[in-house]
Amino acid sequence: MRVTVQEAPFDYGQEAESFANGRHDMGAIVTFAGIVRDVAGGLDVMEIEHYPGMTEKALEKIAAEAVERWSLGDALIIHRYGRMGAGEKIMMVATAARHRKDAFEAAEYLMDYLKSRAPFWKKEHTAQDAGWVAARDEDEAALDRW
Amino acid sequence: MNVLYFAWVRERIGLPKEKIETNATTVNELIAELRGREERYEAAFADLSALRVAIDQELSDFDSPLEGAQEVAFFPPMTGG
Repeated sequence: MRVTVQEAPFDYGQEAESFANGRHDMGAIVTFAGIVRDVAGGLDVMEIEHYPGMTEKALEKIAAEAVERWSLGDALIIHRYGRMGAGEKIMMVATAARHRKDAFEAAEYLMDYLKSRAPFWKKEHTAQDAGWVAARDEDEAALDRW
Repeated sequence: MNVLYFAWVRERIGLPKEKIETNATTVNELIAELRGREERYEAAFADLSALRVAIDQELSDFDSPLEGAQEVAFFPPMTGG
């Protein structure tokens, strides 16, 4: 299990490849990447603030819960903070399980929880102004299914 | 006790962190104390439904006790992923 919180970009292909490599007992690997999206057009920069210390703790707890619940062989979370442009990768998760259903479900669980339980906040900067992205009720409701 | 603010709470109050001497026994009491200080605190804490709190880096409730707490953080609902 690995949790990394960093400002620098990460190499999604390389991370996915090294996560998948050398596993002889796991039949399924699921990877997911979150990308900076220019929703309304005109996004200059997406700024992500976080709470150093609590962020790592929260992500480690979420990852450990997923490993336990789906008997994962491994789990990976990489999440960036700082300033990034549209199209850049913000974060990724990867899960390794014996069967695909567990790997998919665990990846969704990681995503649902880290969206509303890990202390990150997004701020969108355009040429005109800047505003904090509001949390969505659907994201909070998504936790109910687990 | 260290009190931390993030995102728009930090912007509204105008600082990321401060040391506070307080006798507050719960988060609610601490908030009442802060609101009484200055208009910018009043503005930040006006709508508690828009805020979350963490005590010693664990998500907590507004009626949670503060006994032994080293660090309390206030912030809006999280938007990771």
